[in-house]
Amino acid sequence: MHQNNNYLVETAAQISGVNPKSCMKCGKCTASCPAFDDMDLSPHMFVSMVEAGRIRELMESTSLWKCLSCFACVERCPRGVEPSTLMEAVRLMVIRKQGGHRISADEIPELLDKRIPQQALTSAFRKYSR
Amino acid sequence: MVFDYYPGCTLKTEARELDEAGRRSAAALGIELQELDAWQCCGAVYPLGRDEIAPRLSSVRALAAARDHRRDLLTLCSACHHVIKRVNHDIRTDEKIRDTANSYMEGEQAYQGETKVVHYLEMLRDTLGFDELKNRIKKPLTGMKIGAYYGCLLLRPGKVMSFDNPENPSIMESFITALGAEPVIYPYRNECCGGYITVKEKDQAARTASRVIDSALEHGADCLITACPLCLYNIDVNGTSSKDLPVYYITQLLAQALDV
Repeated sequence: MHQNNNYLVETAAQISGVNPKSCMKCGKCTASCPAFDDMDLSPHMFVSMVEAGRIRELMESTSLWKCLSCFACVERCPRGVEPSTLMEAVRLMVIRKQGGHRISADEIPELLDKRIPQQALTSAFRKYSR
Repeated sequence: MVFDYYPGCTLKTEARELDEAGRRSAAALGIELQELDAWQCCGAVYPLGRDEIAPRLSSVRALAAARDHRRDLLTLCSACHHVIKRVNHDIRTDEKIRDTANSYMEGEQAYQGETKVVHYLEMLRDTLGFDELKNRIKKPLTGMKIGAYYGCLLLRPGKVMSFDNPENPSIMESFITALGAEPVIYPYRNECCGGYITVKEKDQAARTASRVIDSALEHGADCLITACPLCLYNIDVNGTSSKDLPVYYITQLLAQALDV
C-alpha cells in the first residue's frame, strides 16, 4: 500500500511532536551520536530530510535500526529538535505497516544466551515490532 | 522513611542480585521498601511516540498506586526509572496524554502526576545523605578504584530526569567515596553501552561496549558499577577489550560495604 506523501509528513509530525524546522544545521547531533558511523543517514541528515518531507526515503533508511535511543542528540541539541524522537516516529511508521515487523517470536530462541536480561528482549520487541 | 518500591521484571530474574542487595542494604539503613503489590512491566523503553498510550499505562498505574499510599515511588533499575519518570512528566505536561491515559483508568481517581519518582541513588543522597551513609559503612572498600558507569537512562534528557548534571555527573562518584573506595573519572562514563541493539546487531553492540570499557581501563578503573541490568550485560558479555573489566551493580558493593 503506497501512502500519499502529505499523509506521511503529517503522520511523522503527529507521532514525534517535534518541529524539524527549528534545526539550525549545527551538526551537534551527529557529532554526539555513538552510532553515526553505522548509519547510512546520520542524525543531522535525517532531520533535514524530515524537514524536506522525504519521509518515504527515510522509511527505507538503515539508520532506523541503528539508533540506540541513548538521547545524546536530544540532550545536546541547542534547538530542542530531538533527532532520536524523529527517528523513532519514522521507525514506528515502518513497523506499524502490514509486514513491517523486524523481529518475530520464532527467531528469539536463536538470539538468546544464558545471561541476556529480560529487559533486552522486551526492548527489542518494543523497537522492532508493534 | 517508607517508600513504595517498583522493582521491575529484570530484577525478579536475571538481575536478582541488584534487587536483593538493594533490599538488604535499605533495611540496614533504616529505609523501608514496600513493594507495590500489583506492578506490571514498565515496557523497558520509554514510548517516544506521542500517540502511544497503552505502553504508558503500567507506569501510570504504579504512579497512581503510590499516590494512593501517599508515598514516593522508589526505583532501582535505570530503565524502569527512566520510563516511569518520563511518563510522570508526560502526565504533568501533556493534557492529551493525561486525559487519554486516565480514560483507561475508569473507577479510579484521575492521576494528575502527583507522585514523586525517586531513584535508589537519589534516596541515598537526599533522604539518608552520603555523609550518613559513610558513617554506617562497616567494611569500607579501601583501595578499590571504581569507575561509575552512568550510561544514558538515568541522566538524559536532563530537563526531565533532573538526576544530576547530564554532561558532568557526580552522584555515583560521591556514592563510591562514601563506600570508602576511590572514584575513577573517565570520558565514556555517560556514553551508551549499546542497549537493546545487542539483540540483533552484535558487531555494533561489541564496538559500542568496548569503547566504554577501553576508556575506563585507560583511566585506571579496577571495575565498573551500574544500576542497569542491560548495561551490565553489554559491558560484561559484548566487550572485546584485551583486558577484563568486572562490572557490578551499585547495590552489590553497597551491601558488601555495609556487610549485609
